[in-house]
Amino acid sequence: MITKPLLLTIALAPLLGAIIAGLFGRKIGRAGAHWVTILGVATSCVLSFWVLKLLVLDGAASFNEDVYTWFEVGRVSAHVGFLVDRLTAVMMVVVTFVSLMVHVYTIGYMAEDPGYQRFFSYIALFTFSMLMLVMSNNFLQLFFGWEAVGLVSYLLIGFWFKRPSAIFANMKAFLVNRVGDFGFLLGICGVLYWLGTLDYATAFANSSELTSHTIELWGGHAWNAATFVCIALFIGAMGKSAQVPLHVWLPDSMEGPTPISALIHAATMVTAGIFMVARMSPLFELSETALTFVLVIGATTALFTGLIGIVQNDIKRVVAYSTLSQLGYMTVALGVSAYSAAIFHLMTHAFFKALLFLGAGSVIIAMHHEQDMRYMGGLRKRMPITYWTGLIGTLALVGTPFFSGFYSKDAIIEAVGESHRAGSGYAYFCVLAGVFVTALYSFRLLYLTFHGKERYVVEGHHHDDAHADDHHDDAHHAHEPGHLEHAPHESPLVVTVPLVLLAIPSALIGFFTVGPMLFGKFFEGAIFVSERNDVLGEMAHEFHGPVAFALHGFTALPFWLALGGFATATVFWLLKPSLADVAARVFAPIRKVLERKYGFDELYQALFARGSVLLGRGLWRAGDVAVIDNGVVNGSATLVDRLSGIVRRVQTGFLYHYAFLMIVGLIALLGVFVLTR
Amino acid sequence: MIPLSHYLFLGAVLFCISVAGVFINRKNLIVLLMSIELMLLAVNMNFIAFSTYYGDVAGQLFVFFILTVAAAESAIGLAIIVALFRNRSTINVGEIDSMKG
Repeated sequence: MITKPLLLTIALAPLLGAIIAGLFGRKIGRAGAHWVTILGVATSCVLSFWVLKLLVLDGAASFNEDVYTWFEVGRVSAHVGFLVDRLTAVMMVVVTFVSLMVHVYTIGYMAEDPGYQRFFSYIALFTFSMLMLVMSNNFLQLFFGWEAVGLVSYLLIGFWFKRPSAIFANMKAFLVNRVGDFGFLLGICGVLYWLGTLDYATAFANSSELTSHTIELWGGHAWNAATFVCIALFIGAMGKSAQVPLHVWLPDSMEGPTPISALIHAATMVTAGIFMVARMSPLFELSETALTFVLVIGATTALFTGLIGIVQNDIKRVVAYSTLSQLGYMTVALGVSAYSAAIFHLMTHAFFKALLFLGAGSVIIAMHHEQDMRYMGGLRKRMPITYWTGLIGTLALVGTPFFSGFYSKDAIIEAVGESHRAGSGYAYFCVLAGVFVTALYSFRLLYLTFHGKERYVVEGHHHDDAHADDHHDDAHHAHEPGHLEHAPHESPLVVTVPLVLLAIPSALIGFFTVGPMLFGKFFEGAIFVSERNDVLGEMAHEFHGPVAFALHGFTALPFWLALGGFATATVFWLLKPSLADVAARVFAPIRKVLERKYGFDELYQALFARGSVLLGRGLWRAGDVAVIDNGVVNGSATLVDRLSGIVRRVQTGFLYHYAFLMIVGLIALLGVFVLTR
Repeated sequence: MIPLSHYLFLGAVLFCISVAGVFINRKNLIVLLMSIELMLLAVNMNFIAFSTYYGDVAGQLFVFFILTVAAAESAIGLAIIVALFRNRSTINVGEIDSMKG
C-alpha cells in the first residue's frame, strides 16, 4: 500500500538534507554535510525501491492524490500532488540510486574543494527537485520541478564561479533553457485553455477534446490544437533534453564539477524531457505531425551530435556529446510511439552514462584535473578498477549483446525500422549510422585514455636541471598540460565503489528487465499507445526472451556496424595512430565543420547574443537615455527652469513695481466690477 | 457755490499725483510715504465732498478715522525707515531689492 507519508518522506528527505547542509554547513562541518545529505538521499532511495517493489511485485494500485492545495481561482485549482505509477517508480529509483552513488563519489572528488558543503546542499536539492518533477500529478508541479532542476543545474554549472568559462556556460545553459521553457509554458497554457485543467488524470481522460479545436498561427494556417500543444511541450523537452537546435548548452555544461555532469547532465535532469513526453503519451498519440517532428529532431540529434564526439579531445566533452547522441535515440523512440523503449533506454543509459562520467572523473582526479585526452594514455595498468568499469560502460554504450545498452538501443532501432511514420526512413538511417559513430568515439575515448603510450610527464617534486631551465621562464605557470607532479594512481574507495555499483546494473539490468518493460504490460496505465502506432506490440510477437533477443542481435545490422566502429577505432587510435592523422588530413573540411560544431555556437553568438546586446544597447540609447533621461526626467526639469526664468523677471524686488501691479490689479478689478454691474 | 464735480476732480488729481509719486519716484522711501499720505488725503477729499453733498455726517466721521490711522501709519512707516537705514545705511528705493526672485 503506497501511502501519503511514504511519498512525502521520499520527496522531502533530500530537501531536509539540502537545507541542513546549505544553511548550517559551517556548523556541521564537511563530514556533517555529506552525512546528512547522503542519509536523506539514501532514505529516498531505499523507500523508492520499496515503492517499486510494492507496485511491481505486490501489485499495489498506483497512487494519485493531492497533498496540498496551493490556490483555487474559479474553476482552476493548483495542487501539490503525487502520481506514482510504474513509470514514476522507475524514474524515482533511477534518480535516487544514481544520486546516491554520486553523493558518495563526491566525497572523493570534491575532497579538497572549499565549496564542499555548498556542493552537497545543491545536489541534494537537485534530488528533491527531480523527485518533485517525476512524482507530480499535475502540470504546474511538473513545471515547478522543471524550473527547479534548471536552477540547480545553473548553480552547479557555475559552481566554480571564479572561472569566467563556467559563468559563461551557466548563463548559456540558463538562456537556452529559457527558450525551451517558453515553449513548455505555452504547451501548459494550451492544455489549461482547451482542457480547462492542469491535472494529469483529467487532462488525459479528456485529451481527445483537443483534436476538435484548431489554432491559427502565422500565415493563416490552422493547426490542430493537439499538434500545437504537443509541439510546444516538446520544445520544452528539446531545451531540457538538449535536442538540436537547443543542444548547445549541454557540452558547455561540462564546466561544472564531474559528479554533477554524471548526475544532472547525463543520467537524470536531461532525461526529464524524455520522461515528460512519455508521461504525456496520451496527448502525443493524438498528433501524428507532432510525433514526426519529435522523430526528425531526435534522429538529427542522434547522428550529428555523435559525429562531433569523434573530434573532441576533452574527455568530458566526448562523453557529453555521447549523451546528446543517446538522448537523440530516446527522442527517436518517442517519435515512433515506442515510449516504453525510450524509458527503458533512459534507465539503462542513466546507469552506464553515469558510470562513464564518474569513470572520466576518476581519470581526471588521477590526472590532477587535466581533461585533455592527448596527454593521457596507458592508464589501464595504473587504474584497473576505473578501466574495467569504464570498459563495461563502453560496451553497454556501444550496444554489445547481453549488456544493458544493447537491449534498449536495439529495441529502439528495430522499433524505428518497424514504424511507418513519416520521417522514419531518415530516422532509421540516422540511428543505424549513429551506432557506428557511437562505437567509434567510445573506443577512441577508451584507447586514448587507457591504452597506448603514456603521453604525460611525471615531474616529481624535485625538478632536475633540464626541467628547471625549461620552467624558469614561466615559473608562474604552474600547470603545463601533461605535466604531473605525481604518477596517476587508482582513486580512493569512495570513488571506486560507486563505479562498481553502477557497473553492475550497466551490465545486467537490460537482460532482466527487457521482457517485462518493453514487451510486457509493465507500463500499462502509465503510458498510452494507440493501436495503430503500437510498434513495440508488433515486435513483441517476435520476442522470445532476452537470450534469443541477444543472439539474434549478433546477426543484425547494428551489431556489425558497432563492430565496424570498434575496428576502425582500434586501427586508428590503438594500432596505427599515424593513420588517424592521415585521415584527419584527408577529411580536413569535414573535420573542421565538426570541430566548429556545425557553427551553431557562432550562429547563436552572432545572431541572438550579439543581437540582443545590440537591441539592448539601442533601447538603452533610444529609450532610456533619449526618451526617459533626457526627455521625461531632465526635460521636465529644463522646461520648469526655462518657464521660471521668464516668470522670475516679474519679481524685481522694487517696491514701486509691486505697488504698480497692485494698483493695476485694483483698477482691473474695479473695472470688472463697474462694467458687469 | 462750487459744484461737487470740482471737489471730485481735485480728489482725482491729488490721487493721480500720488500714484505718479509712487511710480516715478526712484530716490527716496520718504517720498513714497508722503505719496501714500497724499493718496489718503485724496480719498478724504472725496469723503467730505460727498458728505456735504448728501448732508450725511458719517462721511466726515470716516475722515477723522482715516486721519488718525494715517498718522499712526506714518509713525510706523517712519520707524521702519529708520530701522532700515540703520541696517542698510540707505533709503534709496533703487537699492532696496532684496525681494527679487
